[in-house]
Amino acid sequence: MLESLKLFNLLLVAAGGALGGMARLAVTDLCSHWLGSRFPWGTLMVNLSGALLAGWLAARLGIPSSLDLSSAWLALVVGLLGGYTTVSSFSLQTLTLWQSGQRFRAAAYTLATCLIGFLLVVLGWWLAGGGA
Amino acid sequence: MRWYPYAAVGLGSALGSLLRYLVSVTSLTALGPFFPWGTLFVNVLGSWLIAWLAVLGQRYAHGRVARWQPFLVAGFCGGFTTFSLFSLETFHLISLGRPGWALAYVLISLPLWLLAAWHGHKTAGKVLS
Repeated sequence: MLESLKLFNLLLVAAGGALGGMARLAVTDLCSHWLGSRFPWGTLMVNLSGALLAGWLAARLGIPSSLDLSSAWLALVVGLLGGYTTVSSFSLQTLTLWQSGQRFRAAAYTLATCLIGFLLVVLGWWLAGGGA
Repeated sequence: MRWYPYAAVGLGSALGSLLRYLVSVTSLTALGPFFPWGTLFVNVLGSWLIAWLAVLGQRYAHGRVARWQPFLVAGFCGGFTTFSLFSLETFHLISLGRPGWALAYVLISLPLWLLAAWHGHKTAGKVLS
């Protein structure tokens, strides 16, 4: 456990998380500019593209089976993709859609995020040459 | 491009990601790798917090929470919670030959995220009324 808490490892996660968060802001800003803010397109784009990249990186780097994580995994998966994608905004947006009476949109948003998100992990894994 | 929101979101997301990593290391050490408890915990807690902050930010449009919104909401809550690791863990459970656990993970996570957001929203409303 102590190995996981080395300063260098913590810095990798923080730096990846900072970049990921800023990338998320850029994508959500662009999407609301182009597609409007009636539907949370930005967060949907972020989470779907993040899922695709996660599947791709998992096949490239190999999913770790213990706490002994490589520097690449810490910076790119835990930090960058972890900070890039978000569940909190998804939950708040779904709740807001539901409470404003747009129940169909809330359900469509939930289904699109989870189903397409999962399929994109599989696609990313497959594109990177991951075995079945 | 205004740089201030990017700096605030970057800083908040760095802190949130760091805390998520510490939660995940703690949960793996204490509870083992059989089920992704750490990610479930951060996503539920982050969903509660963002809804709570959203109510406060709206009610006090010029208050501290509203001013710190980019740091707290898009930054901290966004970096603390994660969808990519959630979907990757679901996929990993299936690839380990445990599709039942993968399904359970999704069916437990989704309602808990939304319930947490609903509860955070309600709690903030009660505090203010």
